Amino acid sequence: MREIDMAVVSATVAEICKEANYYLGEDVIGAFKKGLAEEVSPVGREVFKQLLENARIAREEEVPMCQDTGTAVLFVELGQNVRLVGGDFNEALNAGVRRGYTEGYLRKSIVKDPLQRINSGDNTPAVVHLQIVPGDQIKITLAPKGGGSENMSALKMLTPSQGSKGLVDFVVETVSRAGSNPCPPVVVGVGFGGNFEKVAYLAKKALLRPLGQPNRDPFYADLEKEMLEQINKTGVGPQGFGGRFTALAVHIESYPCHIASMPAAVNINCHASRHAERVI
Amino acid sequence: MEAKRIRAPLTDADVMGLKAGDNVLISGVIYAARDAAHKKLVELLEKKEALPFDLKGQFIYYVGPTPAKPGQVIGSAGPTTSGRMDSYTPKILENGIKAVIGKGSRSAATVQAFQDYKGIYLAATGGAGALLAKTIKEAEIVAYPELGPEAIRCLVVEDFPATVINDAYGNDLYEEGRRQYVVK
Ligand code: SF4
Repeated sequence: MREIDMAVVSATVAEICKEANYYLGEDVIGAFKKGLAEEVSPVGREVFKQLLENARIAREEEVPMCQDTGTAVLFVELGQNVRLVGGDFNEALNAGVRRGYTEGYLRKSIVKDPLQRINSGDNTPAVVHLQIVPGDQIKITLAPKGGGSENMSALKMLTPSQGSKGLVDFVVETVSRAGSNPCPPVVVGVGFGGNFEKVAYLAKKALLRPLGQPNRDPFYADLEKEMLEQINKTGVGPQGFGGRFTALAVHIESYPCHIASMPAAVNINCHASRHAERVI
Repeated sequence: MEAKRIRAPLTDADVMGLKAGDNVLISGVIYAARDAAHKKLVELLEKKEALPFDLKGQFIYYVGPTPAKPGQVIGSAGPTTSGRMDSYTPKILENGIKAVIGKGSRSAATVQAFQDYKGIYLAATGGAGALLAKTIKEAEIVAYPELGPEAIRCLVVEDFPATVINDAYGNDLYEEGRRQYVVK
C-alpha cells in the first residue's frame, strides 16, 4: 500500500483549479485557429479573433479566461492500493477547491440551496465523480463547468426503435435550440446507453476527451462526424451571429443498457472547454 | 467590418442610427447589473422610490466579474446569459435605459420593448472575460455591495466591443444570421 496524505490532495486540487481557468488547452486553441481560417461569416471570424486574444491574455496574465469559473467538477480515479491518510478524503477535495478559488481570484458561483440561493462563499461543494481503479496512484481531473452552457443541456429516454436517427436528431435539435445561449462555438458531449443517471455522467465525461480525437469505435466515430456536420449546418455560428462553426467537436461515450431503453444525454460545453489533471 | 464608435449615454437619435449586425466600440460609463440587482431595481421602480443611479440614456451590462487581482481594475468580465433578465427589461427600458449588453436570445416581449421604447440589445463575446476586462478602465460599486459579483458597478469603458442584436426597428441578428448561413 502506498500512503497519500490529504494535504497533498488538497494542494493538488487547488493548483488545478487555477490552471484550468487560466490556461486553455492547445487542442481548443487549434480549433479556434481553424475557425478563424475557415469560418465564412465575417462576424464569426471576428469572434474567433477575440477568443484567441482572450486565451492569450488569460495565459500570460494568469487570469480566468471567462468570469464564470464554474462548478468545480472533479473526476477522481483512486488506485485501490492507495491508503489515504491525514484526514477525510472528500473534505480534502473541497478544501482544495476552496483554496484554489480563493487564492486564484476565481468567482464563487455556488449557492447553498437551489431555492434560498445564498452563496456558499468559496465555490464548494464540488461535484465529485469517484472511480476505484487498479494501481497505487490518484488521478484527479478538474473540469470547471459554466452555467450558461450547462443550462442548455438535455436528457431523453429514447426508445430502442428510434435507432441512430433518433439519437442524431435529439443531439442536433438540442444544440440548435440552445442557439446563442451557451456561447457557441460549443463542444458537445453525448452520453448514450447505461441508464438515467449513468447517461448524464457519460455526457459530461465525453467533454474531457481532447478535441477532435474520435471515438475508438469506428461506428461511433462516424456518428460523431455526422452529428458535427448537421450541427454546423444549422447556421447558428460563433456566438449565434450566424456562420458555419456552431460546434468545434462532438464526442460520444456509450455504455451497455437495458433491453427496454435507449437513454441519451447531451451536455453542452462552451468554447471555454476547460480541464486540468494531475496524477499523484 | 468597420466598427462604429459610440459613447454612453445614448439619445433616441443614437439608437435609431444603429442596426442589427453593426459592430460597435462603446466608450463612457456603463452600469453592471445582473439578476439580483435587476430584481431590486424593478422593486424600487414599482414602489416609485429613488434609484441608485439615473437610468436616463444609460447602458446596463449583464456581468458578474471575478474578484480583481491586486493591481487590476476588475477581474474577468464577460457577459452572462440575458434571457434571465427578460422579465425585468421592458420595465427598465420604459424608465430610461437605452441599451443593454449581454449574450443570448431575448423573449418576444423584450424584443418588442426595444421597439416600443427605442432601445437596443447588444451582445459582447461570451467567454471573452479576460479580453473585455482590458477595456474597463475604472470600476466602482454604486449599490448593493452585499451582492458580491452581483453588486451594481459603475464602469468606465474605452472601446468595449459589442455587436447589435436587436435594434429599435425590430431586426434580430440571431435570426437573420442563422437564416443567412443555414444549409438546407
Ligand atoms: S457558457 Fe461558458 S464561455 Fe459562456 S459565460 Fe458561461 S462559462 Fe463562460
